[in-house]
Amino acid sequence: MSADAGPGAVPAAERAAMESFVPSPATVKPAGAPPRSQDIATETAGDITVDNPRMCARGVDVFYAEKQAIVDVSLDIGQNEVLAMIGPSGCGKSTFLRCLNRMNDIIDVCRVTGRIELDGEDIYDRNVDVVQLRARVGMVFQKPNPFPKSIYDNVAYGPRIHGLASGRAELDDIVQSSLERAGLWSEVKDRLGESGTSLSGGQQQRLCIARAIAVSPEVILMDEPCSALDPIATARIEELIDELRRNYTIAIVTHSMQQAARVSQRTAYFHLGKLIEVGETNQIFTNPRHNLTEDYITGRFG
Amino acid sequence: MSSLTLIIILLAFTAFAFHLGKRRSLGVATRAGGVRKLHSLPSYYGTLTALWCGVPALIVLGLWLSFETTIITWLVVAELPPELRGLPEEELGLLLNDIKNLVSGNVVASEVDATMERAAEHYRKLQGISSAALAVVAISLATAGVGNGWRMIRPGLRARNHVERAVMAFLIISSLVAIFTTIGIVLSVLFEAIRFFGHVPFTAFMFGLEWSPQTAIREDQVGSSGAFGAVPLFAGTLLISAIAMTIAAPIGLFAAVYLAEYADARVRAVAKPLLEILAGIPTVVYGFFAALTVAPVIRNAGESMGLSVSSESALAAGFVMGLMLIPFISSLSDDVINAVPQSLREGSYGLGATKSETIRQVILPAALPGIVGGLLLAISRAIGETMIVVMAAGLTARLTANPLDAVSTVTVQIVTLLVGDQEFDSPKTLAAFALGLMLFVVTLFLNVIALHVVRKYREQYD
Amino acid sequence: MSSTTEAARPSIHLSPSVTARLARRHRAERRFRRYGIVAIGLAIFFLAMLFISICSRGYTAFVQTFVQLEIVLDAEVLDLGAERDARTLGAANYQGAVKQSLRSLFPDVKKRRDRRKLNGMISTGAAYQVREMVLANPALVGTTVEVWVPADDDIDMLMKGHIDRDLPEDERRVDDDQLAWVDHLLQLGRIEKRFNTTFFTAGDSREPELAGIWGAVVGSFFALVVTLALSFPIGVAAALYLEEFAPKNRWTDLIEVNISNLAAVPSIVFGLLGLAVFLNFFGLPRSAPLVGGLILTLMTLPTIIIASRAALKSVPPSIREAALGMGASKMQMIFHHVLPLALPGMLTGTIIGMAQALGESAPLLMIGMVAFIVDIPGGPLEPATAMPVQIYLWADSPERAFVERTSAAIMVLLAFLIAMNSFAIWLRKRFERRW
Repeated sequence: MSADAGPGAVPAAERAAMESFVPSPATVKPAGAPPRSQDIATETAGDITVDNPRMCARGVDVFYAEKQAIVDVSLDIGQNEVLAMIGPSGCGKSTFLRCLNRMNDIIDVCRVTGRIELDGEDIYDRNVDVVQLRARVGMVFQKPNPFPKSIYDNVAYGPRIHGLASGRAELDDIVQSSLERAGLWSEVKDRLGESGTSLSGGQQQRLCIARAIAVSPEVILMDEPCSALDPIATARIEELIDELRRNYTIAIVTHSMQQAARVSQRTAYFHLGKLIEVGETNQIFTNPRHNLTEDYITGRFG
Repeated sequence: MSSLTLIIILLAFTAFAFHLGKRRSLGVATRAGGVRKLHSLPSYYGTLTALWCGVPALIVLGLWLSFETTIITWLVVAELPPELRGLPEEELGLLLNDIKNLVSGNVVASEVDATMERAAEHYRKLQGISSAALAVVAISLATAGVGNGWRMIRPGLRARNHVERAVMAFLIISSLVAIFTTIGIVLSVLFEAIRFFGHVPFTAFMFGLEWSPQTAIREDQVGSSGAFGAVPLFAGTLLISAIAMTIAAPIGLFAAVYLAEYADARVRAVAKPLLEILAGIPTVVYGFFAALTVAPVIRNAGESMGLSVSSESALAAGFVMGLMLIPFISSLSDDVINAVPQSLREGSYGLGATKSETIRQVILPAALPGIVGGLLLAISRAIGETMIVVMAAGLTARLTANPLDAVSTVTVQIVTLLVGDQEFDSPKTLAAFALGLMLFVVTLFLNVIALHVVRKYREQYD
Repeated sequence: MSSTTEAARPSIHLSPSVTARLARRHRAERRFRRYGIVAIGLAIFFLAMLFISICSRGYTAFVQTFVQLEIVLDAEVLDLGAERDARTLGAANYQGAVKQSLRSLFPDVKKRRDRRKLNGMISTGAAYQVREMVLANPALVGTTVEVWVPADDDIDMLMKGHIDRDLPEDERRVDDDQLAWVDHLLQLGRIEKRFNTTFFTAGDSREPELAGIWGAVVGSFFALVVTLALSFPIGVAAALYLEEFAPKNRWTDLIEVNISNLAAVPSIVFGLLGLAVFLNFFGLPRSAPLVGGLILTLMTLPTIIIASRAALKSVPPSIREAALGMGASKMQMIFHHVLPLALPGMLTGTIIGMAQALGESAPLLMIGMVAFIVDIPGGPLEPATAMPVQIYLWADSPERAFVERTSAAIMVLLAFLIAMNSFAIWLRKRFERRW
């Protein structure tokens, strides 16, 4: 794991070997899948795999009604790593993120094909319980969305519905430890009964992170968690993400390349629904392989 | 000349004035060196002239017609022989009615004597004078208006600004109609109610336990306390409203939740219009349904269980009123639930909550103020609903909490007291206005709270 | 990566206790969902019950039992002298001629009491019908005509199966003799059910077989014309002022609160207002559609104002800015650009308001539009009823035949309402614009 996540480019031979592991889209896609809207080469530059994958996506296509939002994306997310997804607006990075815990199911017209695995199990399988999946793959949203309940109840919401605590004391412990991990405990410990919406924007977002942690997920998805926050609050959240990496696997969508560089080990660059390039964060920002990636990180567009 | 002909003539005059003004402005403009010398477009000059012509004349016409009857009647009464003028107000009213019938050639209730013939003749003469005078006044006003417009038109006249100011005045007056309506309601109900409380003490009305207005017609009973105790009516109204809400609140709420959160587009496309149909059915239809279908069903069901059920049971009226309120509650709740931001739903689903957990623990608590507001509006509607209870509830006021008994409501009593022959000053008639006042005050109170709550709720998520 | 990372551990969400709870949660979910389906189902079931109960009672009113009589228009029977002017013809004894023709159909019926029973089988409207025929064509006197005349409502009910022949005689409104006579007429082919034109062309009547809804339809029409003529311009003007011109201050706030409040004031209170102000203060005539229209105007205004404001709100600011940028005055901008775009929405709201007004009855009771009125009203100042009030009046009548007519009148009223609402929906769809 550490070898893979560490700095430095992956040797070319190794990369070639890994690429051969990736099944071709034709074998992954279920029979009868609709034809692609664009048939340009969709090979991703860089290595999509990791040694110790927690989630694996293979040949994922997403359609909103007739419009294709994601084209044949294959990508691994490794244990205890922070994977950043960057790209211009509308490139599909958030859509892809929402596929990882099936949040797209809420949208009627949305259709996902391909294969996404959590610990080797296809999460789009008929037998998979979405409720359980989402408990295991938590999510933090772009805009802080605390429930209009007390701070305590916000954090206790998940453990309560899933029955993770057997008594009040245990629930108190979960709430406290989640708030501590989210770095919010010291600020709110005296006013747990106040409404979650009374907090500042940065505090609200940390409350949402605490809320997600309280459910004990394995993977946490973050959809531009700092886009609504000021720089100081952003810095706190970024520190927090770095600490959370010890216990969780994190995928984060971000608009800010600096943020991606600061918090992630690997970075994936999306463009027009395709995964253009993925690799070590250092390498992506210093030595991108694909010229689209280069254009983007050098600020030529996006 | 009938007022309708007069109105048509005035309108024709106004149209003529428009053309005249427009032509005049063009003429003035040519002399001044072309249309571009005019301050406004020629049609504005036309409109201004038309306004000068039509508006004063039509206003005078409206006022004249509104007060004509009152003034003529007053004049006729003044001419009556003193012994007739000295009659009590009620008999005088009857007499005047007869005279008016005589004037319009209708059947007259009592015998026609010479005095009445003379009065009728007088009435007819005054009517003739009035309508002739009105025609002269209105047409000369219109002519003067055209003349004024003609005289005023100069290239420098800011016709557009004048017209716009007139239009603005119309807009403002229109928006004040709502205020005047409210004031009118308050005044009309309040004055008659105060007169009623002159006959029957306020406390006797508010706290009296017996309601039997019919006995109060007898001379010796007028003003006697006890017959106008409204408590049984309040209790009956509350009982029926409570039954209605017991039916409507859960069904309406669950229907709204289902439509907003579960139903796919196809189900919504069918169920929503059906609920709208339910909402659009006139209450008289519900009343008929209650009286003819639901009440017998309930009575038969009750009797087969050995219960004695009145054929005008509160249950039947309340049940059907509940049906009427289902779409009302469901559409208000639907709006409110849809106003809950999607981000809260996503937050809950993202934690692995099921739909029903999300609804019960996140959406409904968040929507609670709005839902409460909607329910209050529904209660206010149930209290004020008239036709269903008039047709399906009882006429005799009974103080009971048994839904199988017949009870009467405030609105039922208002209708029975005011429909049919009425003497305007008897406490019996005035009692209807006192009940109306109570109804207005209570529903106003509920509405103000409900609308305030809903408004605050909407602002929160806007 | 640092050495402090934890190794992947089995998720708590896969533990037996949590998965067992998951099953319970899914059961609760299905239960909750079922409640919703039951609620919708109940609402639709009740709606269906309402329609079924009304249609099943009402459809028979669209046909009516008629009896074919051979009426001898003998001058002697008609009590006519030599004169044939309209006045004498109008006053002739047509009742006698009808009775005579019945007598010739049933020559065996001799007793006075039986004769009266026999005559009772034919509606009193039969004589009027013959009278109209003769007045239209005086040459008919002296001839014999075959006429289909309406049967009495009890016979009508019998023919429609609403009177049970198997009941004991004293429990049904048609006795054994009359049953036999009806059967005889059936054998002769002289009694049959035909389309009930009277129902659509006549005014109210005490006799169910002669009662129609046309008078009520005309009354409603006059009231709605008044309502539309007043409430549309006033409502649109008020909406324009509040939405486009009004400064945001406590006064306009008060007006707004007031309007939404007015929309929730019980309709009967508007009736009290009408009674006290329009009838008692201004002395307008009782039972007149004009007054009904005025009250309905006040009731409909909030609906129209609210809908019109919503329509104005949906016109994008870019249109306004473009118009102002061309040098139009604010008034011109609004009347030339904003108003035309908002008009479909305003019309939709107005039609919905009109539909509400058409179904409203409680305030009309207060101003005396609840009288028994036979004549078709000729103008907005003549006494009239309205459709919902007619339904209320008939629903109160004890005759069995009025139940059927009430239901039929409801069907007609609902048809009007559904037509109006569909038109409003069509209008909305047709002009719906997405900016």
